[in-house]
Amino acid sequence: MTEFTPLMSLAGGALIGLAAVALMGLLGRIAGINGILSGLIALPNSSDWAWRAAFVLGLLGSPLIVLMIAGTLPALSVPVSPIMIGIGGVLVGIGTSLGSGCTSGHGVCGIARLSKRSIAATLTFMATALITVFVIRHVIGA
Amino acid sequence: MLKTFGAFAAGLIFGTGILLSGMGNPAKVLNFFDLAGTWDPSLMFVMGGALAVTFIGYRLVFQMKRPLLAASFSLPTSTVLDARLIGGAAIFGIGWGIAGFCPGGLLPVIGYGQIEPFIMLGGILTGMIIVKAVTASGSKTAPAGKAAPRPAQG
Repeated sequence: MTEFTPLMSLAGGALIGLAAVALMGLLGRIAGINGILSGLIALPNSSDWAWRAAFVLGLLGSPLIVLMIAGTLPALSVPVSPIMIGIGGVLVGIGTSLGSGCTSGHGVCGIARLSKRSIAATLTFMATALITVFVIRHVIGA
Repeated sequence: MLKTFGAFAAGLIFGTGILLSGMGNPAKVLNFFDLAGTWDPSLMFVMGGALAVTFIGYRLVFQMKRPLLAASFSLPTSTVLDARLIGGAAIFGIGWGIAGFCPGGLLPVIGYGQIEPFIMLGGILTGMIIVKAVTASGSKTAPAGKAAPRPAQG
């Protein structure tokens, strides 16, 4: 069981939205983590490399902000074996590259733009995630 | 310089939102998808909060002729629902359902120092490199104009 946290989750979601709006208003860019990460592993020859690296540094540094505000870090509990994490990771890398987006790029930025592709992609990955968790927890019974 | 600082600040805010919302915690993410078991609806509120702010905020931002620190808005232009988009999204969802981490949920918890986020990051980068390699070798043999670059959305 995890605790239902509607207010904290709503506030955190609003901050995610604020960051997406800031990145668009300042740089004119979609706040898609997969796209930014994928652009980073390309050769650092483009002018886009610096802002992508800076954005990722901000993500990596964010626990310090939370520590300063709250004095403690939110829980991180991973009920999945390392091998399955590795397999899941490769699938996430392949899927977000082929599908040009993840939860942030399609699910937040794309839907906010009413992009048909993003709405279709989000419905698809939400559906396959639901099915996957159902199969793992209730069919295989892991 | 200002651009780099703006991106850094946006990253800090984004990551703070991820951590406060619970999106960085696989136990919570997987419980959101577990309708038939230990369902935790919190992530609906994350998506709701993020979408409400972005939906309104984007409309205000797009009133401007251009972004404050760049020459123009860089927006994906494709509107095609193809097998690559849907297939990719389907594979992503399976991986997300197995591991409980999505790329945005992952990076803010790297600094926790636990081993799992590093394994996940290694997996994601491996997957990305596989697609880049296959796409690159495929486009060499494809007829000219066939392998159009796709704007990355997320």
